[in-house]
Amino acid sequence: MSVVFAITFGLLGLAGLLTLVRIVRGPRTLDRILAVDVLVVLIVAGTAVGMAMSLRGIYIALIVVVALLGFVGTISVVRLVERREEYR
Amino acid sequence: MSTGDWISAVLLISGALFCVVGAWGMVRLPDTLSRLQAATKPQTLGLLLILAGVAVRLEQQHAVGLLVAGLFQVITAPVLSQLFGRAAYRTGAVDRSTLVVDELSERLRAGRK
Repeated sequence: MSVVFAITFGLLGLAGLLTLVRIVRGPRTLDRILAVDVLVVLIVAGTAVGMAMSLRGIYIALIVVVALLGFVGTISVVRLVERREEYR
Repeated sequence: MSTGDWISAVLLISGALFCVVGAWGMVRLPDTLSRLQAATKPQTLGLLLILAGVAVRLEQQHAVGLLVAGLFQVITAPVLSQLFGRAAYRTGAVDRSTLVVDELSERLRAGRK
């Protein structure tokens, strides 16, 4: 089972690196925000996998709160960018 | 490995593969709107598969919390996608010559009058 966890963590890390490439390269602010949102989802997934590895459900609240905060933060930044570039 | 372990292993690895597909799409796709597809759909499916794989291994009381997290992701992904699409359109990130139907510009023009 530890092999499974190693493979899962490796794949999630690879996905995070690819998302970081988009954060660095993204030509617009919107692309970067989108990539950060994907990164938050990846962090939630990684925390869940870590919870399965330790067989204890101590990070459940962390998962829910991080997902909530990522959603609220992304929405507010998108609204800000939309306003700022519209009235320019 | 027991049966539950096998189910959990298949769910975890397939979910991580979906996450990689989504991230690969973030790098490869050329446009903000097409990247939006990669950011919402494979990511959501990947996260749901991973949460299911984790829930198989944990006790029942924790599985409820995982269900809440997955449900939340399913509810918020379309909202985010719609907001992103509108913001991309308004800030000029969308190449309008690639659109077949463009109803938003008519609505915006009608709203400005």
